[in-house]
Formats: sequence, C-alpha cells, structure tokens
Amino acid sequence: MVSIEEYGEFKTAWCPGCGNFPILKSLKQALAERGLAPHDIIISSGIGQAAKLPHYMRCNMFNGLHGRSLPVAQGIKMANPQMHVLVTSGDGCSYGEGGNHFLSALRRNMDLTVLVHDNQIYGLTKGQASPTSARGHVTKAQPEGNRSDGFNPVSTAVAMKASFVARAFSGEPEHLVSVIKEAMAHKGFSLVDILQPCVSFNKVNTYAWYKERAYILKDHDPEDWAAAMTLSEEFGERIPLGVIYRADKPVFGHGGRLAELAYAKNDLKAVLQSYI
Amino acid sequence: MSNKNINIVIGGAAGQGLVTIGQLLSKAITRAGHHLLVTQRYMSRVRGGHNTYAIRMGEEKPLGGTESIDILAALNAETLDKHLEAVSEGGLVVAGADLDTEGLNALRIPYEELASKPLFHNTAMLGVLGRTVNLEPAILEELLRQTFGKKGDEVVEANLEVLRKAYAWVADQNHDFSRTLASSDPKGRMMLNGNEAIGLGALAAGCNFVSFYPMTPSTGVAMTLIAKGAPLGLQYEQVEDEIAAMNMALGASYAGARALVTTSGGGFALMEEAVSLAGVSETPIVCVVVQRPGPATGLPTRTEQADLNLVVHAGHGEFPRAVFAPATPEDCFYLTHRAFDLAETYQTPIFVLSEQYLADSYRDVAPFDLDDLPEVARPLLEWEGGEYKRYALTDDGISPRLIPGFSETLVRADSHEHEENSYITEDKAVRVAQNSKRLRKEAGLFEEVIGPDRYGADEPDALMVCWGPTLGACLEAMDRYEGDKSLAVLHFKQVYPLREEQFMDFLTSAGSVIAVEGNATAQFAQLIARDTGFVIKDRILRFDGRAMTWEYVLKGLSDIL
Repeated sequence: MVSIEEYGEFKTAWCPGCGNFPILKSLKQALAERGLAPHDIIISSGIGQAAKLPHYMRCNMFNGLHGRSLPVAQGIKMANPQMHVLVTSGDGCSYGEGGNHFLSALRRNMDLTVLVHDNQIYGLTKGQASPTSARGHVTKAQPEGNRSDGFNPVSTAVAMKASFVARAFSGEPEHLVSVIKEAMAHKGFSLVDILQPCVSFNKVNTYAWYKERAYILKDHDPEDWAAAMTLSEEFGERIPLGVIYRADKPVFGHGGRLAELAYAKNDLKAVLQSYI
Repeated sequence: MSNKNINIVIGGAAGQGLVTIGQLLSKAITRAGHHLLVTQRYMSRVRGGHNTYAIRMGEEKPLGGTESIDILAALNAETLDKHLEAVSEGGLVVAGADLDTEGLNALRIPYEELASKPLFHNTAMLGVLGRTVNLEPAILEELLRQTFGKKGDEVVEANLEVLRKAYAWVADQNHDFSRTLASSDPKGRMMLNGNEAIGLGALAAGCNFVSFYPMTPSTGVAMTLIAKGAPLGLQYEQVEDEIAAMNMALGASYAGARALVTTSGGGFALMEEAVSLAGVSETPIVCVVVQRPGPATGLPTRTEQADLNLVVHAGHGEFPRAVFAPATPEDCFYLTHRAFDLAETYQTPIFVLSEQYLADSYRDVAPFDLDDLPEVARPLLEWEGGEYKRYALTDDGISPRLIPGFSETLVRADSHEHEENSYITEDKAVRVAQNSKRLRKEAGLFEEVIGPDRYGADEPDALMVCWGPTLGACLEAMDRYEGDKSLAVLHFKQVYPLREEQFMDFLTSAGSVIAVEGNATAQFAQLIARDTGFVIKDRILRFDGRAMTWEYVLKGLSDIL
C-alpha cells in the first residue's frame, strides 16, 4: 500500500488558484491508488510552469528542455523498460516546441503516459497565445486576436490512431484521477490532455468557462474510431471529458535494462572478425 | 610514380557499381596482404553524377590519398575526360571497348565477349583489375562466393565464370603495366573505414544505445552500431530530428544506457541546446560529429575540417568537454573508446570530430586488441552513503552518479540551476557553487589530455601543425620534400582542451610554423593562439571539398619556404 504522503509536499512557484494544483494532487492520488512508490516511476518534463511539477513531488525525474520531454522520456523507457515513465508538460511545450516529437511519439507508441496541462495560453512568459489558443483569442502579443487556428491535440491523436487518447479537466479531480489511472494501465502511448485554467493570463478559458461546457462521457465506445473522431472535434459549446479513443497496437519495446547489459568479449571478437 | 604503391581510381556515375567493384577489390587487396587506403568522392545524388573510388595499395602503409593515378578504371566516358590528365607516365587505363581510348596505354575490355549479360560487366572489370595488379584469383573467387552466395549457386557460378574469363583475357593482352607489389602481412587484417571503426570503438566501450537522424557522412556510424550491436542487445532508434536524437540519448544515459549520437555539422547545430543540457544535468554522452563542408548544406558529400569552432564552442553557458580528432581508423576505435570513459567519468559531453574523408576511407587495420583496452568507468546502481545528492559538491567536481530504478533512492536530473539535491534554485551562492563544481571537472579532463605526436626533425626549419586525418598528407609531403629545409609535423588527435606544456617547446623551437588544415580560416591555429598566445602565421589551407593530399601540401610548402 502506498500512501499519497510518500510523494511529499513542496512549496511551489505556481499562482494561487492555478489549475496545476489539482493535477499534482490527482497524479499523486492516481499513483498511490495504483500502488506505485516514488522510486517506481520516472517523470520527464520540459519547461514551463506545468513542467516544474516533478520538482514538487518526490520521484525520479529528468527535468530537461522546452519541448523535449518526449524524446527524453522515450530514451528513459528504452534504457529501462521496467520503469513507469510519465511526462508532464504544458501545451506550448508538448504541441508547440515539441510538436514534431509529439507526432513521432504517437507513431512510435512506447508504453508512456503523457499528461499535458493544457491552459491555452503561455503563462510563464506572461500571456501570449499558445498552440491551443483559439483563433481570435486576444493577448498582448496577439492584439488583433490569434491569427491561427487552435491546435486540437485530441483530434490529431485520434486521427493518427494513437493507442490511448483522453481528455480531463483539473476542475474535475476525481474524474482526472480515474483517467490517469486508466492511462497508466494502458499498454502503449497514452495521452491525457488536461484542461487547466490559467488564472493569471487566460481570461477567456476560465474555470467558469470550462465548467459550463465540460461534461463527462457516459456511453461512448472508445474503440469506435469514427465515433471518437467525431467526438474529438467537439470543442466549444460542449467539451467531452473521458477516454475518447483506445486501440491495441504494437508497443515499441524490448528486452532488459541497459545499465545491466555488458557485451561478452567473444561476441565483440566475432564482430571484429567479420571485417576480415 | 612511387614503386611502393599503386593508385587505382575507379570512376563512373552513381548506380554504375563502382563502389561494389571498389569494395570487392579493396577487400581482395587486403586479404592478399597489401596495405590499403581508399578515398571516396561522391555527389549528393543516388544515380548519375561523377563519383570516384580511389584505392591506394601499397607495400608500405599509404598515409593518405594521392592525386597521380596509376590505373584509371573508367565506367564511363566522363571518367576519361576528368581524370586522364592525372594518369602517371606508364599508367594504365582500363575501360570498356566502347569507350575511346585511342592512343592510350589501355586495356579495352570486350564486355560482350567476357560476360553474357550486362549484369556481369562489373565482375569483368573486377577480374581485369585483379589480374592487372596480380591478385591471386582464388582470393577474388572466395569473395564472389561470399558476396553472391545468398543469391544462389547459379549466380555465383556465373560470376566466377566471368572472373576466370577476365583473368585469361588479360593474360593475352599486351599492355605496359607490369608493376607488382610484394605483399607484406598476408594474415588477418581487417578492412574498415572511419565510421565503422568509430562504431566498433563504441561497442568495445559498451555502447548500448544510439539515436540518430540520417545525415551524410555520419550515418555509417549508426549503421555499424545497428548491424553489429543490435544482435548483442544494443537499442537504437532513427528519430524525427537531431533534437530528438540528442535528448533521447540523454534520457537513455540518465536511465543507465551507454549512449552515443552521431551526426554532421547541420544536425549538430540542432543538437546544441541539448549539448548544454548534458553539461548542466551532468549526463554522459558521446557525440560523434562527422564533418562536411558548410555553411548550411554546403557540399553535403565532400570533406572539410571547418566545424572545429562549432564543436569546441557548442552550447550555451559554460561546462567542461573534450574533443578528439582521429586521423586513422585505429584512432577512431581507440579515441571513441576513450571518449566513453571520459564521458562516464566526468559526466559531461565528449566529442569525436571526424570528417567525410576519414568516414569513407577504408584501410587495412590489424585487429584491435580487445584484451588490452582499459575498463570504462561505470555509474552506480546502488547508494549506501547516507542521503544521496545527485549534484553533491566535491573537490574534483565529480558527483556520484546513480542510475534510477535499481534501488529506492531517487535520482533527479535537472536543466535548471539546482541544489545539490537537484531541486531548482535561483540562489546566487548555490549557482556559483554548482557552476564552479562543474567547471572543476576541467582539471581532471586536463590531466587526461592526449598530447600531440611529433614526427621528423628536432628543432626543424619548418614545423607543420595539423589535426585529424590531415596527418597522412603532411607526413607524406615531409617524406617527399626534396628542398634543403628540415621539416617536422606536429599532429593533434585531441584538439580540446589544449595543454600548453605538451607542445609549446615544439612551436617555439621551430624556424617557422605552418598550420595545415582543411578549412579556410585555420580554425585550429586560431584555437592555439587563443589558448596559448602563439600565433601561427603561415598556413596551407584546403577548402575545395577535397581531402588534403601530399601534392597539395608540397605545393603549399614550396610557396612558403
């Protein structure tokens, strides 16, 4: 039995009321309920307020560069397939700077769980549009309104038939815990796009805005790709929460832990022999 | 024309099979006990263009390529147009009877007579060349069996038949090329190029992870690791870009892999941010940069030594590193092995800086001695020293590196400035302490610097300073120099950091000092000036995309001396 206290309590750099707090708490809760201790997991993160999350809990972590949490996480998983590897990062990190890594990770399908704190704004740099900001969203950097369409990570992931695609909301922590647990139980790449209000800089997508729209899915079959595709496009007046799509796919994975792999000298000699 | 070696140049369009002929011939030459040095020139296209595969075979080890051709094997007319001028007196042209070789000392191969199908023309060429340089037919026969065995007996027999006919045909011809070379060491030499030797050096060091994005001319390193290492358990991935390659390798290294990335200049530019990440997170990584001419796409399949500045200065902020520049496949092997040990010991990025010429240059090499290799340092899998601090402040700057997941002790790596226990901080005293700790590792790296090798006269009139594979051209130029000055060569196989006391006396005691480099701005001479204050004014620089040759160096010497 693992208690949530084992993950510790830390002072954070987050604003009071930040949507990151419920995500941190829900993650700890989900890990504890799955019986995973701090040393059983490794969290890879990028840069941004969301990416600081592993600094605020006891766990193994690699807190790397902006947008690069996914390549790091995949390297970790390849070197030690026995570890539970998670990624936590924001929408800019995961879908902007790391967009190419995101698409490739969906295709590669390693057994990872990716939690994207999606607040539709760049909070740490004080309020510019993010890849998920809607067209027309006005900020100081986009005074005429965002001139690009918002990126829809959920429909992109479903379109690519990623093996597990879910959406959650930090204002629905109980549901969030259950989705994270389900994502971790899934064998393969699991994406949880978590709607997370930025109380300081996003004056559009607020708690109230999400509360009015978000609803938890009841009768959706996540294995029905066409239905998932349709559902993934639903983002506006109503926003579905839950597992949108799930598929059994070949998982990128193999053998043992590389720290324990040493080559036999005779094998190396045979390799040299092949050049004669 | 030197009597100790024969320079065979096979020329043709990409797709005509010159590399196949060249490799089979090279292998046969190696197995026959001759020394070998291959220089490949090719263009950035899959078919067509004009490519050459130059084999310099010798009784003595050829040190570098040469411009004068003894046997020109032409697969097309363009080869004759481009290279006839370089054929030496008494040299031979080998070409199909359909090409115009009127008035030349030529073997005009009647392909239709020797080979039943165009498919076998290259085997006919191989046989003609093999017979011309007196290779035992049995060696080529065995090679053809090994090469075509998978395609079935019928294919093997058809090739053998063409080979025999070609041998018999040459015996009946009158031509003026009758030079033979004594074979020196007939037994058990490997034939490999620089990229393969780097891959083998990595495997010998226990490298078990490679992530890469294909980029000429570095791809062969990853191909070697995959072909030879994957069956032993090495994990690999061809990733979406070089940014992913470097970050993935760092993740793997943090989790206990012994990781390598390989790329060329443009790809390395993308990796730079993560080079800094390796520096601050103190994650071991061996980074192989195989140079080609830039800027940007430059001459993508040619050679140059112009990324020294890039690699020495790569990354933002300040952190320790070492840069090796191999001259030969032997260097590639041993320096790459060493790079892993330094990366692991000092927990910082270590670079192997090669270039296209060396990457694609096959040589005959005595099998590497695996038994005599030093052990490569290993990280810890368990911690018993009380509270574990990943970034503990130590006198030598080296903190205990524990691999996560093997015990309950948590291991945390960070790109921010951090406390000893890895927690993010902006405290100014902690910043200074951590940055100083990381830089203290430079003292250890400095102690381990491999000093330059010096060849030639003591207190020479002129000292050539070179690095990487430019060595061969310098040494041969020194040997062939017929002027009245005494010469010496100072060669650096580690180009960073520089340890003044290892070479300053050589520089100051020489009459004149000449930088010989494959770039336009004498980057290494500038580095020496920066770090020692010694300014090298005379320079022999080549930046036309071709490898340095002894002819080029001799010409430069005659202009300077």
